[in-house]
Amino acid sequence: MSYLKIDHVDKRFARGAATTEVLKDISLVIDKGEFVSIIGHSGCGKSTLLNIVAGLTPVSAGAVLLEGKEVNAPGPERAVVFQNHSLLPWLTVYDNVALAVNKVFGGVKSKAERHDWIMHNLDLVQMGHARDKRPSEISGGMKQRVGIARGLAMEPKILLLDEPFGALDALTRAHLQDSIMQIHAALGNTMIMITHDVDEAVLLSDRIVMLTNGPSARIGEVLDVRLERPRKRLDLVSDRTYIAAREAVLKFLYERHRFVEAA
Amino acid sequence: MTDAAQQHGQGSIAMGQAVSKSVAGEAIIVALPGAKAAVVALPPLAAKPLSARAASWLRAIAVNLLPPLLTVGLLLLFWQLAASGPQSSLPPPSKIWSEARDLIVEPFFWNGSQDIGLGWRILVSLQRVAIGFSLAALIGVLLGALVGQSVWAMRGLDPVFQVLRTVPPLAWLPLSLAAFRDSQPSAIFVIFITAIWPVIINTAVGIRNIPQDYRNVAQVLRLNQLEFFFKIMVPSAAPYIFTGLRIGVGLSWLAIVAAEMLTGGVGIGFFIWDAWNSSRLSDIIVALVYIGVVGFILDRLVAFIGHVVTRGTQAN
Repeated sequence: MSYLKIDHVDKRFARGAATTEVLKDISLVIDKGEFVSIIGHSGCGKSTLLNIVAGLTPVSAGAVLLEGKEVNAPGPERAVVFQNHSLLPWLTVYDNVALAVNKVFGGVKSKAERHDWIMHNLDLVQMGHARDKRPSEISGGMKQRVGIARGLAMEPKILLLDEPFGALDALTRAHLQDSIMQIHAALGNTMIMITHDVDEAVLLSDRIVMLTNGPSARIGEVLDVRLERPRKRLDLVSDRTYIAAREAVLKFLYERHRFVEAA
Repeated sequence: MTDAAQQHGQGSIAMGQAVSKSVAGEAIIVALPGAKAAVVALPPLAAKPLSARAASWLRAIAVNLLPPLLTVGLLLLFWQLAASGPQSSLPPPSKIWSEARDLIVEPFFWNGSQDIGLGWRILVSLQRVAIGFSLAALIGVLLGALVGQSVWAMRGLDPVFQVLRTVPPLAWLPLSLAAFRDSQPSAIFVIFITAIWPVIINTAVGIRNIPQDYRNVAQVLRLNQLEFFFKIMVPSAAPYIFTGLRIGVGLSWLAIVAAEMLTGGVGIGFFIWDAWNSSRLSDIIVALVYIGVVGFILDRLVAFIGHVVTRGTQAN
């Protein structure tokens, strides 16, 4: 039995009489521990697909199954790291993570265990030192770290990352990508990441799912990235497999499925 | 302390000597007065921080206090001149001071149940406002949350609210007296019905403006209705809620004076009416000042609480 199965999913949005078909016949199977990136031009429906897996958006047809059970509502076993971090500004870093931990493990773990678990996750993203700061007092990269800690702290079956580093500068992004790789190596989480950054997709993923342009976007190609882990950014620059994978994605995006509107 | 002072003293002596030496050395070439000025400038330099800080404090106080004091002084003067004539129908400040001095200087005297200080009357009025306004705040936030959260509740309730909120506070009083058959709950009801509308409307706007991100977080965490209300809704809408509360408390204070004029009993409103009936104009003017000052304090109090509670909510 597959871990996560996206089974012939369609998504249409109806506005008055007009309906727009955003996603058409999306099928994808993801194994436990796999890191899958979904890449495509903006507006193609990447985020819609992630929201469907998260349960935030209902499907129009088809189904999403996690360990054989249909997903039709959001839940902490499919934690989301949002694009704009979505930390609650009136809570401290600690309390933002605590909100999730207390809700998910309130009945299972004791107060001391929950505290340790919160600090463990903050330390995992190197944010333990800023536990008493509010989101407005820390940088964008730090906010996203806390967002990741909050997602991890729910101990999700699958972690959904919605363009997690899109709003960050290149250096901060590289740092966070390394952190994500370390966490993935250490914990073996199953992760789906939305991105429009080719290098990021190749560096992090086991598989890259490429979506065609919308409307009615479908899966154009799926690329296996057969690179040994742990991966090192600098070593990969001249690695043949890396270059080939990068080229394959770039060709897909800019030759076969050029985004005309963006030109 | 003494050690430090001694060291400091020695230091300044040493420096003084050094300077005076150089003065002696250079005196031949350069003109003396300039060098002497440098020597004199040393002691004030060492003492400056304390006196300078005090001076800047004093300046800040003066800058903030002097203009309003000056305005009040000029107004009083103008009033005194304008109301001093024999034909004048209103008393000048000097007459108010001589007639209503006990009310001004002693807010909390007690000479039997009808002859009491204005402070006591204000407290009675404040108590009514506290009850009516608290009820309005509580129910207003709940109704506002309902209207902000549910489209159907908004469609059903919003038109009713929009009509009712234009009814002047005192127009509710006869109905209220008929329903409660007592002046105390009637006055409280008038406060309640006056203060609740801005609370409802502002809360609803605040709830409608909760970012979708926060709702998504709540959904992923599967927060239930109660948790969502306390952990997301109220903190997120707090700036709006406090705007409503601030308007509400101002309106309450407007309404209580009018309501008490009609319902009687103890209270600052009835005091004014009573003073008018016995032609004590000076008392009325003193009471007006009391009302103004208390209203100002109430407004600032709610604003301050809002500022403390919503710290961090707006900054993102």
